[in-house]
Amino acid sequence: MSTRVINWFKFASPASFFPLAGRIAWWFAVPAALLAVAGLWLGLVVAPPDAQQGNAYRIIFIHVASAWMSMFLYLVMAGWCAMSLIFNARLSAMMAQAVAPTGALFTVIALWTGSFWGRPAWGTYWAWDARMTSELILLFLYLGYLALRQAIDEPRRADRASAVLALVGAINVPIIYFSVRWWNTLHQGATVSLTKAPKMAAVMLTGMLLMALAAWFYAIAVTMIRLRAIILERERHTAWVGAFAGAVR
Amino acid sequence: MSLSEFFSMGGYGFYVWGAYGFTAVLLTVEIVAVRARLRAAKRAAQAQEAGE
Repeated sequence: MSTRVINWFKFASPASFFPLAGRIAWWFAVPAALLAVAGLWLGLVVAPPDAQQGNAYRIIFIHVASAWMSMFLYLVMAGWCAMSLIFNARLSAMMAQAVAPTGALFTVIALWTGSFWGRPAWGTYWAWDARMTSELILLFLYLGYLALRQAIDEPRRADRASAVLALVGAINVPIIYFSVRWWNTLHQGATVSLTKAPKMAAVMLTGMLLMALAAWFYAIAVTMIRLRAIILERERHTAWVGAFAGAVR
Repeated sequence: MSLSEFFSMGGYGFYVWGAYGFTAVLLTVEIVAVRARLRAAKRAAQAQEAGE
């Protein structure tokens, strides 16, 4: 019996992960586009208008997906930061660095689409509601992480300092998630629950989940492309980048 | 459903397309920016290799 042993530690080095990241980007970019087309078609064309909100509710298909991603990507970033501190691993720190801008982007989209939904649904673009305020703090945490990295010239020092900031800030994610239960302010409760039967029509739920999956795949693809740029930027002095640059010329 | 009905979104067109349009623009900008960053990093690595 032959067993093929994969040495996973091999991929923990930026040099060997660099080509793999390029392939992963394509594996996820194409399904992301297909899922988004299917999700948009269900959400904007097939799903009927809502009984109370008419067509305004259709914002849900991007709002929920982007809000989930904004929180999930923060946890992913914090996880890589923890790995980089524990194992003192360069690639983990680069992963966190690559995830942060996309996390910040999804946070901006969640806030913007929420605002454009809040106006027709509640009569206001913005309120200092518990969930909206904690989501705004999430944006400031992403921006703080990126600004701290920018402020420190030495990359390994920037890795450690920004990792500590990201890990302390992770406490905000459960606050966002449970905010609708802990404080009875403007924002409604959870739309989808793992423990209760869905409150929405199957077609709407399917559209929402397709959009969430599309956002997830998109985030992986764009993060892998950014990771490749970061690896080249930070490993420029190494022999393998020199050999790579010589080969592609 | 006619095309003009689709775009008016029952009177909520400004909000629905304002949300979707903003998202589309931001994602497009991110894709273009991240690919430009990778190209620039490759060029910088090549310039350094050529200079050595």
